[in-house]
Amino acid sequence: MAFDFLKKALTKTTGALAASVDKLKTGLTKTRDVFVGGLKSLLRGRKLDQQLLDELEQRLITSDLGVKATLKIMEDLNAAWHAGKITSGDEVLDFLKAEMKGYWPVETRALKFASSGPTVILVTGINGAGKTTSIAKLGQYLKGQGKTVMVAACDTFRAAAVEQLSIWAQRIDVQIVKHQMGSDPAAVAFDACDAALARNIDVLIVDTAGRLHTQEHLMRELSKIRKVIDKRIPGAPHEVLLVLDATTGQNAIRQAEEFLKAVQVSGIFLAKLDGTAKGGIVIAIRHQLGLPVKFVGIGETPEDIEPFDPEVFVEALFAEEESQPRSP
Amino acid sequence: MFDSLQDRFGTLFRNLTGKGKISESNVRDAMKEVRTALLEADVHFDVVNQFVSDVTQKALGTEVLASVEPGQQMIKIVYDELCNLMGTAAEDSGSAARIMFVEPGPTIIMMCGLQGSGKTTTCGKLALYLKSKGKNPLLVAADLQRPAAIDQLHTLGQQTEVPVYSERENKNPVQVCRNAVDFAKKNGRDVIILDTAGRLHIDEVLMAELRAVNLQVHPHQIFLVVDAMVGQDAVNSAKAFNQQLELDGVILTKFDSDTRGGAALSVKTITGKPIKFIGVGEKLPDLEEFHPERIAQRMLGMGDILTLVEKAQAEFDETKALKLQEKMAKAQFTLDDFLEQMRTVRKMGPLKQLMGLLPGIGSALKDIELPEAELDKTEAIISSMNRKEREDPDIMDGSRRRRIAKGSGVQVEDVSRLIKGFSAARDMAKKMSGLSMGSRMKMAQAMSSMDMSKLGAGSAGLPSFGGGGQQKQSKLSPEQKRKLRQKRLRGK
Repeated sequence: MAFDFLKKALTKTTGALAASVDKLKTGLTKTRDVFVGGLKSLLRGRKLDQQLLDELEQRLITSDLGVKATLKIMEDLNAAWHAGKITSGDEVLDFLKAEMKGYWPVETRALKFASSGPTVILVTGINGAGKTTSIAKLGQYLKGQGKTVMVAACDTFRAAAVEQLSIWAQRIDVQIVKHQMGSDPAAVAFDACDAALARNIDVLIVDTAGRLHTQEHLMRELSKIRKVIDKRIPGAPHEVLLVLDATTGQNAIRQAEEFLKAVQVSGIFLAKLDGTAKGGIVIAIRHQLGLPVKFVGIGETPEDIEPFDPEVFVEALFAEEESQPRSP
Repeated sequence: MFDSLQDRFGTLFRNLTGKGKISESNVRDAMKEVRTALLEADVHFDVVNQFVSDVTQKALGTEVLASVEPGQQMIKIVYDELCNLMGTAAEDSGSAARIMFVEPGPTIIMMCGLQGSGKTTTCGKLALYLKSKGKNPLLVAADLQRPAAIDQLHTLGQQTEVPVYSERENKNPVQVCRNAVDFAKKNGRDVIILDTAGRLHIDEVLMAELRAVNLQVHPHQIFLVVDAMVGQDAVNSAKAFNQQLELDGVILTKFDSDTRGGAALSVKTITGKPIKFIGVGEKLPDLEEFHPERIAQRMLGMGDILTLVEKAQAEFDETKALKLQEKMAKAQFTLDDFLEQMRTVRKMGPLKQLMGLLPGIGSALKDIELPEAELDKTEAIISSMNRKEREDPDIMDGSRRRRIAKGSGVQVEDVSRLIKGFSAARDMAKKMSGLSMGSRMKMAQAMSSMDMSKLGAGSAGLPSFGGGGQQKQSKLSPEQKRKLRQKRLRGK
């Protein structure tokens, strides 16, 4: 039940949790101000009635929660209202928090590592989602865990993509395997696997060219890259991450479906969650796809990466800001 | 593209078609569906509500014409409102108005947008477009933030053969842009395209940088580049850019995705600025002028014959066509010609995309896999033939067929089937050559100059041109088809 989650959430707010919450809070400032801040000023001190429900529905939809997830929340809320469990706006706030946490079943969001030899992480996504920057962040994150990291520049299509990754590799100080622009990305992946094996690398992160999920031939190319990696290192890639732009609308669902089909995506890296995005798409994805969000990107430097934890995420969203002026 | 919207509108109109007249209750029910469809398509919440109330009001206020089905009348209303959302006819007055050029030049165009929206690629596409219009553009690398952005622009410059101005050591975009203007003046470039850094609209520092470029370089046109798949937040970022910079227009990118058109339908209403271009593919020529009425037609599943004709004209070489026509008339049409024809058609885009432009086909096509692979196979088979075989497929014996099958990695039956099909096609071409290629071209040109808004003026007119398009797909009369069938049977 929704209320159990609430209780659990409240009792579970430990010191460690609070630290993560703080970091996310800074990154999510805008999201929180716009989305939850808006919700708070909408709900605080008001009596629950049809008018308020309508306004709430609008707020949820404009936050990219999607029609389906919004309707589900509104239905549950309506039921609770009619049962007399909720009567005020403040209670709705608690209800939403619990409901949002309730979306995530117990699942493992930790990266899967190879039992021996290099772990391969294949990174995919549409054009401009933020793949290369996310790879830099992921590389930095893994390095911080004491792993040796190598990146493979398999985006041989877009102008200067190899240069872009090279610059990042230099900045975060990891090795890179690259070919000429225009060469076969699967061949680059194969060579990178070779190099990772030969140099005893812990984690190989494979960058791929951005592609629209509607381009069948490009999706096939991606399947081929995956196959080639598996051929060189059986069982690899151990993780296939789909990078999604947090400002994308409901189309993110379609993207995830197609990439899932082509390369069996194992998790989502939600990029550009700072700033303007209201992050509602996280909930839409969970609601409709059942794919775990593994990381969120919340800034422009390589350090701006956070393993995703729904509890922390929701906590950070709804966290109180002492200095924040209360709405009248 | 637009599958979902097409489906919803399709069901809605079918439901109404059965009913005798437009009544308040059936309109309201229908509009509820439309509202959900639009929200799922990422159309902004306020825009959706406005749209729904406008359509409902118009529908209820419209006198039901005895001669017109309510469904058709409803289509007309929705079509008009969709067009209104995306821009008025006045703004869509041909390519001349796409970009205002100043005299004396150079005309300065500034591109801005969020990270990853596709600014740099669009700069390259725009440069190529301007070149095709007889301009001498200059690309300017003013994105000094993203790693390798300068290299990317230089690569695009090479591909489009457009010069690129950059200063690798300079960290001040305003200075770079100013120097670029001087450079353009000295070197006779008449249009300057400024590629600025992507940014979040809430990033004050970077927005200030854009304002500085605007105030000190005085661009004549400022375009906002927007990802067509963007969600509800599109509104906020477009608004913010518009407030800071006073935009002149919007370019929607990644329009070849399966976006349901949310950004296309919202952005004009929110900023009041027209959509000028759409990016429709990964390659540099994939930039199209935006025509609201055509997109509205596609959303309603009416196809877009005009775009199809334009695509055909762009790839079609008239002198080649005339030569081909002669060959056909004399039944000298070879497999080489066939290959070239096939490649010309395929150059226009993926089959699915082309078919989607045909009226009434779009939504039916959703789950069908088109035989792109078959075409690949055909290309491979022909490529494995020597010249003699291509010119005269009749010489093909078993050993040749086996060799070709081996060479192209197919079965012998595939080769035989191709040759049989080709022979039949060649005979058919001979028959059809009475209908000259020239007259077929003329037909296409006449269609492209037709004024679609006039067609849509009568309330019954709109659905009718859908029907007209469908007839054109079948070029053979039943008589011709019968003869062809007989011939094929005889051939066996």
